[in-house]
Amino acid sequence: MTVTTHPPKRATTAASGDNRYKILEATMRRQQHQPDALIEVLHKTQELFGFLSPDLLTYIARSLHLPLSRVYGVATFYHFFSLAPPGEHTCTVCLGTACYVKGAAALLAEAEQIAGVKAGNTTPDHQLTIATARCLGACGIAPAVVFDGNVVGRLTRDEIVARVCALLEKLPEIRVKLE
Amino acid sequence: MDATELQAIAERNRAARKRIRLHCCTSSGCQASHSLLLKQGLEAAVQAAGLQDEVDVAGVGCMGFCGQGPLVEVDPDGLLFEYVTPDDAPAIVAALSGGDAPGVARGNLRHPFFARQQLVVRRNGGKIDPERIDEYITAGGYQALARALHDMTPADVVDTITRSGLRGRGGAGYPTGLKWATVAKAAGERKFVVCNGDEGDPGAFMDRSILESDPHSVLEGMAIAAYAVGASQGFLYVRGEYPLAIQRLQKAIQHAKKYDLLGTQILDTAFNFRVDIRIGAGAFVCGEETALMASIEGRRGQPRPRPPYPAEHGLWGCPTLINNVETFANIAPIISNGADWYASIGTAKSKGTKVFALTGNIRNNGLIEVPMGTTLREIVEELGGGAPDGATVKAVQTGGPSGGCIPAHLFDTPVDYESLAAVGSIMGSGGMVVMDDQTDMVDVAAFYMAFCMDESCGKCIPCRVGTVQMHRLLKKIAAGNATSADVALLKELCAMVKTTSLCGLGQSAPNPVLSTLTYFPEEYESRLRPR
Repeated sequence: MTVTTHPPKRATTAASGDNRYKILEATMRRQQHQPDALIEVLHKTQELFGFLSPDLLTYIARSLHLPLSRVYGVATFYHFFSLAPPGEHTCTVCLGTACYVKGAAALLAEAEQIAGVKAGNTTPDHQLTIATARCLGACGIAPAVVFDGNVVGRLTRDEIVARVCALLEKLPEIRVKLE
Repeated sequence: MDATELQAIAERNRAARKRIRLHCCTSSGCQASHSLLLKQGLEAAVQAAGLQDEVDVAGVGCMGFCGQGPLVEVDPDGLLFEYVTPDDAPAIVAALSGGDAPGVARGNLRHPFFARQQLVVRRNGGKIDPERIDEYITAGGYQALARALHDMTPADVVDTITRSGLRGRGGAGYPTGLKWATVAKAAGERKFVVCNGDEGDPGAFMDRSILESDPHSVLEGMAIAAYAVGASQGFLYVRGEYPLAIQRLQKAIQHAKKYDLLGTQILDTAFNFRVDIRIGAGAFVCGEETALMASIEGRRGQPRPRPPYPAEHGLWGCPTLINNVETFANIAPIISNGADWYASIGTAKSKGTKVFALTGNIRNNGLIEVPMGTTLREIVEELGGGAPDGATVKAVQTGGPSGGCIPAHLFDTPVDYESLAAVGSIMGSGGMVVMDDQTDMVDVAAFYMAFCMDESCGKCIPCRVGTVQMHRLLKKIAAGNATSADVALLKELCAMVKTTSLCGLGQSAPNPVLSTLTYFPEEYESRLRPR
């Protein structure tokens, strides 16, 4: 991870006029800047900024009086937190057991091929992030895929192709061969 | 607020009830199939038909038949409609005054899927609006808490739970009463009650459904537990993947506080109890209790050796009671109906009912609640209706990545903690994934091992390194590049990881491999190369 040598001080970031910092600061104040609120604060930060940048992690570490190593450790331990900015759209394929026995792996392969990136990555044009989920708990409608936050159940291969192509604004014939 | 006021609310609500109630499922599964639009459609259709004085449309929790959703049930007529789209709303409303709803699939509430169930935990699922506390109270909610606080001592409550024979529903089956008694006895000014809602097993969604469909039942159970063990602070740890459950719990806590059912001086007594939600961040290992506590404290979810157990040394070093969502949902009915009633359900050693998420290659997908001791055959064939499209069922996987695959010839095994362990699986939290004859068992074992490998927290070596090596061997076998020496090595690794890992994740990670090796050896052997 690259860390800026002069991390932004609390006063300057909060005063930068970016409203998101004000909301973040209010969240931490509500938790009385307790170190054990770290995960709650990271959730809020990701909700506000989309991802956790090195500057943000430094800012949180200072505010909660925690070593940066601890904040970085927690942020990288949990799958939910992302240290890279997500694409404009996301396609999250559930790989829970119920979805898996109903062919989720094939759905994922289709999505990866069209987007040209493996799961966990974003297309170079930042249009689409392909991700996987452990289990959405939507097993009754397996296989399930989340497009931009909306769960779609009983998905077929043709449907995922059509939807991913629509998000990428490209034709289904264009496939990318992956390693 | 006291018990009489609770009853007054219930009576007021009953009096205000209209003749017909349309139950429209608004759980995540059905919401993904546009059930919120459907609900709006039903409301509009009721208005259009001029029936607003007679018909209510209620958004309710999960009815269980998730594979057939969205579902609409007509109460009290007992009609059930399946796969309903928003366009079907007028036809359903027209059918209320007698007649048929052409083009809308009709379900049958007398189908074994419903008829064979016994509802204790899911008593309110699909019947009440989970976002309205009044509906929970009307269904008898918070009466058990009132009874515990007014008529019972904490020791009476612990004794009732002990005599009921309830065992932990998170999977391990530790006697709940014993756990409560240990926390109650532990010395300490501060004690905590924690609800484990980190339902990480892929293929399991019982807890999600309970939290979404009946959040107050869990809060009431936690409050009773807190009274019994002497705690005044509770944490509800919920997976981040369950946004709807979190949102409904937040609402439920807010409403319960307003009614003095949580907070200070609950039900006009000296009992105080506050509940905070903690949202998980996607780590399977956090279902392990010591890892979960680390996560609540804002640290990495890494387990630590036990003992000391959380009952003595838990959150911030204080005695802590940790139970699973389903365990807490069982508490209020036990207090209301008595320990003997609960102990009369189930088998000699496993009392009560168990909720299972029946999924995979099966005709009737969804949530079921059956008495302990029901056989796998009854569940798969009668409730589940067998595999679809003429396929045959080959195995059932219980317990997720910690469990095993039970082959069809052992389907007369009753579901209880001991019987499932005897056939090499575990009860687990209640995931039950049905696999048909097309399923490749080596692939399944590799799938679960990949899961454990990714989710290993990395703290202890047997789990961190062992799962990687086992996964590599499984992939080698699946690709047809392995010899019998590789299988021997795999077995050796299984034994090592099982016996030397720090926590349950590692200790149980070999189970899917061991059970498939035992019951489906030909699938491994047929792919081996001669040495």
